Amino acid sequence: MSTERRAVGSGQWAVGVRGATAYCLLATAAFALVALRPSAQTQQPAADDRGRAVYVKWCAGCHGDQGRGDGPAARHLLPRPRDFTRAVYQIRTTANGELPRGADLRRVVDDGMPGTSMPGWRATLSGQDREAVVRYVRSFSTAFAGTEPAALDFGGDPGGAQAAIDSGRALYRGIECWKCHGDAGRGDGPSAPRLEDDWNFPIRAANLTENWLFNGGGDVQDIYRRLLTGLDGTPMPSFTSTVEGGQYTFADLWRIAHYVRSLSPEDPPRPADVVRAALVAALPAAPDDSAWAAVDRFWVPLAGQVIVRPRWFAPTVSGVWVQAVHDGGSLVLRVSWTDPSESPDSTWNPWRSRVATHMAHDDSAAAADPAPRPDRVVVQFPMRVPTGMDRPYFLAGSPDEAVYLWQWESAPRAAVEATARGLDAVSPLAAASDSLRAAAVYDRGEWRVQFTRSLTTADSTDRLQFATGRAIPMALFAWDGSNGEAGTRGAVGSWISIYLAEPGGAGTFVWPLVMTLATAGLVLVVIRRAQHAARAAGTAGQSTIRTPDTAEAV
Amino acid sequence: MSAWKLVALGTISALALTGCGGGGEAGSGGTPAAAVAFPVDTTTAATITGTVRFAGTRPTLARIDMSEEATCAGKHPNGAFSEVAVVNSNGTLANVFVYVKEGLDAGLTFPVPREAVTINQDGCIYHPRVFGIQVGQTLNIQNSDGLLHNIKAVPTANRPFNISQPTNMTTSRTFTTPEIMVPLECNVHSWMNAFVGVTTHPYHATTGADGSFTIRRLPPGTYTLEIWHERFGVQTQQVTVGASESKTVAFTVRG
Repeated sequence: MSTERRAVGSGQWAVGVRGATAYCLLATAAFALVALRPSAQTQQPAADDRGRAVYVKWCAGCHGDQGRGDGPAARHLLPRPRDFTRAVYQIRTTANGELPRGADLRRVVDDGMPGTSMPGWRATLSGQDREAVVRYVRSFSTAFAGTEPAALDFGGDPGGAQAAIDSGRALYRGIECWKCHGDAGRGDGPSAPRLEDDWNFPIRAANLTENWLFNGGGDVQDIYRRLLTGLDGTPMPSFTSTVEGGQYTFADLWRIAHYVRSLSPEDPPRPADVVRAALVAALPAAPDDSAWAAVDRFWVPLAGQVIVRPRWFAPTVSGVWVQAVHDGGSLVLRVSWTDPSESPDSTWNPWRSRVATHMAHDDSAAAADPAPRPDRVVVQFPMRVPTGMDRPYFLAGSPDEAVYLWQWESAPRAAVEATARGLDAVSPLAAASDSLRAAAVYDRGEWRVQFTRSLTTADSTDRLQFATGRAIPMALFAWDGSNGEAGTRGAVGSWISIYLAEPGGAGTFVWPLVMTLATAGLVLVVIRRAQHAARAAGTAGQSTIRTPDTAEAV
Repeated sequence: MSAWKLVALGTISALALTGCGGGGEAGSGGTPAAAVAFPVDTTTAATITGTVRFAGTRPTLARIDMSEEATCAGKHPNGAFSEVAVVNSNGTLANVFVYVKEGLDAGLTFPVPREAVTINQDGCIYHPRVFGIQVGQTLNIQNSDGLLHNIKAVPTANRPFNISQPTNMTTSRTFTTPEIMVPLECNVHSWMNAFVGVTTHPYHATTGADGSFTIRRLPPGTYTLEIWHERFGVQTQQVTVGASESKTVAFTVRG
């Protein structure tokens, strides 16, 4: 706190006088006392020296020496680092527009802001250092000179399970959360392309299907708190006014929180090391084939491409879900990911130009290019199934060692196969009768792209020949054209593996199916014989053999 | 020591020593309304009237695309147009905020007006777009559209607010510190912007359809009058008024 930092009888003064005038008197007195007694400044500020040291070492690179959110790294980041001089903070337990409590700031320092570049510092800094840096951060604004605002009473979750979720869905529509967050919660509402924060930087409506990236936490309680407090500095308002005005109730807001929570998986997905492709009798026919519902899905996190210039620190796609099956003849892969725009989409032009403006600098001057771009996803494999641990360079191979790619784009909506020897050295392959096929669906902020390719092809020189029972390296990359992403500016992932189940191997699909069919056939035979026997005995119509029971007994 | 002397001392010393004059004045405005009488002798008070002329090429106002919000589009059968630079038919400029910037006795403390100021969201447009309010005076924020607006204040001296109004309703807020101007915006409808000038005194006005303004009940003295426009910036003029005098001033804004 500022009064603490000035360290001049702060306790007495703070209690005795109130308001902004009081602050001026206090500050004046403090100034005068400091000027008269220089030693006053050096008597107590050890904690602040510590906070300053921690800040300069760990925080100033992004947040700037003066706390204005303008450190050397800031220009690469969206959302931008917090400007502490305005004392406006998203994550609070206090009312909308109020200052955060010290504990609120401490939580952000401890846990970070998952949807942003701000990491948690629990593992890096001691508790004392984190407390000291919170004090130091507050000293950037005189707003913290007064008493700490009270935390809101958030009450308890009334629960309600599925009923709460269902009515929460209706409320989500009714209070028009979808205007920004979209009908399915993927941040694709009609107002999303024009959202700005208080510093006029473009800001995303949160993707409500990825609660592990929510700032301030992804629990029902956390979501409820955000509804009450709003996220100050962002377009997200507080809904407390609707309760005070009598239009809605706190119970309604809990229901919305339950619904929003239900849009994300029960647990945050574990990054996949291996995508398992089960052996199936019938391959899914399309990206929305109901058969996909029964196929395991694997989460593959992606990050901005920051190795090859121009780099990209603000990708749209945080990761992709991958599902795969094969039938011994062909491999079918479905890649699904959130992208709030079906690029090129002119309604996102304002977003793209603003991102270009704020991310344009020496490193990625091309980002200023306003041309509309398609969305793109790439599935990357080595040229051959490797025999050892060696793999090509993960970023589209290298001049020495090529990779084999499946590259799908949204406009024109088609996929090609290619080989690559670097991100700038991609060579499409000529189409063949057994080429890769792809089909895609765009649904309310989500792409679902299904790739189909025969395991082996006539061309075995430039195309990977898939083998079952082997871990085959695979990597995925994604671009959002409406975010100005193209070329080296996109989201990339490191090597993982895909494993195609072996035919006839234990635990595969075929043997259980055969056994099930054989059992069912045997049951039918038994039933028929029993019925036949019963009829033969002249007791037709009074049979004690009832087929369903028999079938269950067997 | 009387209350206003304490305030004045605080303000002056703060300005002199720490440069936080804004914060100092906020305290005086926050004094309870009931305890303060209007501190100016109205029998000798002066009036300043004036106009803001516009010189230059009349700006073309862009049509607002409200197609995503049928209810609001329906309230503008002839289309809705941007109000960032409204030049009146008589060649004057509307939506100019005019206020006494300097010259008032620092010891004067003005009662907080009992009547509230209302900003209405109607047809996905703010009414009014530019207006003044006194520190501590109630701002009623009204939604007459029956659809989701959020109203966000993005101040630098005051605390921010960001209120959700998903239906017809009215919410009240106040400002604690003088600030020229506090932007208000709706993030659901990116074309919705308004600006509120927060002062410690009642000497403010906004030009309307005839480009004129009137500031009444001023104590005799010499004042710095400032005009503010969202696109064309600020201008100031020195004006001296004697007891019971009415003076006319003219501003010209070049586009």
